[in-house]
Amino acid sequence: MSYIKSIIVGIWRLMQGMYITMLNFIRPKVTECYPENRGKTEPLGAMRGELVMFHNENNQHQCTACGICQMNCPNGTIQIITKMVPTGEEGKEKKALDKYMYDLGSCAFCSICTISCPQGAIEWSKNFEHATFTSPKLVNQLNRAGSTLMEKEK
Amino acid sequence: MFHFSVVTNWIDEFLRAYLPDVWVLLIEYVLIGAVILGVYAVLALVLIYLERKICAFFQCRLGPTRVGPWGLLQSVADMVKILLKELIKINRVDPLLFRLAAFLVIIASICTFGALPFDEGLLVVDFNIGVFYLLAVSSLGVVGILMAGWASNNKYTMIGAMRSGAQLISYELSCGLAMMTIVMLSGSLQLSEIVSQQSETWNIWRGGIPACIAFVIYLIAGHAETNRGPFDLPEAESELTAGYHTEYSGIQFGFFYLAEYLNMFIIAAIATTLFLGGWQPLHISGWDAFNTTMDFIPPVLWFFAKAFACVLLSLWVRWTMPRLRIDQLLKLEWQILMPLALIDILLMALWVIYF
Repeated sequence: MSYIKSIIVGIWRLMQGMYITMLNFIRPKVTECYPENRGKTEPLGAMRGELVMFHNENNQHQCTACGICQMNCPNGTIQIITKMVPTGEEGKEKKALDKYMYDLGSCAFCSICTISCPQGAIEWSKNFEHATFTSPKLVNQLNRAGSTLMEKEK
Repeated sequence: MFHFSVVTNWIDEFLRAYLPDVWVLLIEYVLIGAVILGVYAVLALVLIYLERKICAFFQCRLGPTRVGPWGLLQSVADMVKILLKELIKINRVDPLLFRLAAFLVIIASICTFGALPFDEGLLVVDFNIGVFYLLAVSSLGVVGILMAGWASNNKYTMIGAMRSGAQLISYELSCGLAMMTIVMLSGSLQLSEIVSQQSETWNIWRGGIPACIAFVIYLIAGHAETNRGPFDLPEAESELTAGYHTEYSGIQFGFFYLAEYLNMFIIAAIATTLFLGGWQPLHISGWDAFNTTMDFIPPVLWFFAKAFACVLLSLWVRWTMPRLRIDQLLKLEWQILMPLALIDILLMALWVIYF
């Protein structure tokens, strides 16, 4: 009797398994068809696509060229070139950002730069289409041409 | 109902009107051979596409989508690729057996395929021992598999072939016993006779509980004979790389691959013929309007619809169950399926006598 019972129980268990696979069969599929769904689906919120510098509408950024990100970067990805600009007072100059060079090719996307930045000047964008034909094109200047330091509101 | 016998009879009469009998026979042989091989190849492509698509759906993927709309031409592209591939010459194999094995497997498969009744007048030979022929020819494939395993001179292939031999020969028994149950019900071994008896009710209903049990036994045993799903010990990828066809390449591998997929279809088609009424449409006694509507669907479509439903069932099982161990596999056959099939034959005898 236990023999027959074990067969029936076994068949019932198999039916349960088949029910689960059938649920998977009719479920919406998880595959992303990449070139077709371009721009239709948003990447996840925490995605680290590439480093960008935030600019406001007056073409002003928040980078004070302190160089902390450059020092913290484990790969030497960030290079900050500074220049001296005259302040309003007579004969005085102040260090300011000239070029913020970011080499995407050597970036490890560790996000230490954005964490350590005291001004919150750099952040991650979700753009993930980085492919270029030559490696020098991977080196980008993050601050826009003619941009200046954002005035702190007091 | 439109039967294919109209077309085949018309071809026959057309040829006989112009040619002597010998030539008519010769031309018909060539035609039949070409049609069988063509349908075999096309069905293999369709089955490979379906397999890839359905298994992807079971795993929440999309499957092939790139070649053609919905990836429909994917298997055609694969076929072209496999035809262009090199046949790698392997040292220290038995050259004759190595070559012969691939052909034996596919010949056994094609011979079984040829005897299936697709429609009234659409079967190659209407043997009066059709069921016996199907059983005999379909079990020839195991010779090819054993040959391939032995001739490859490789441990993986040898183990795979030995497992396959043990598995196929054991499951042949309950497969045959389940078929015998239906032979008892219809009292004939002739496939066309078995099908035409099911014009009102299919065997699975006509035979009651014994036929249902036989159907389940046949599906399990037939599934085991195709070397797939939970019974894929002969080619268990994680243990034996590819089992008995590890050393094969190019179109020789293609033969094994084709035969595997077509065996899946053949098992489904035999299940359709014996249990689900072959090409007979679905009839429910009393529902006359329903029955006449069902008659408008061509019988060939009915046959393929039922066969593909069985194929879907086999794929469903394949992607649900984990692989059995060899002792579990043999225990399932010798301790559960075969005694059940023997008891089922007795039950069927009682059913035939008293109902």
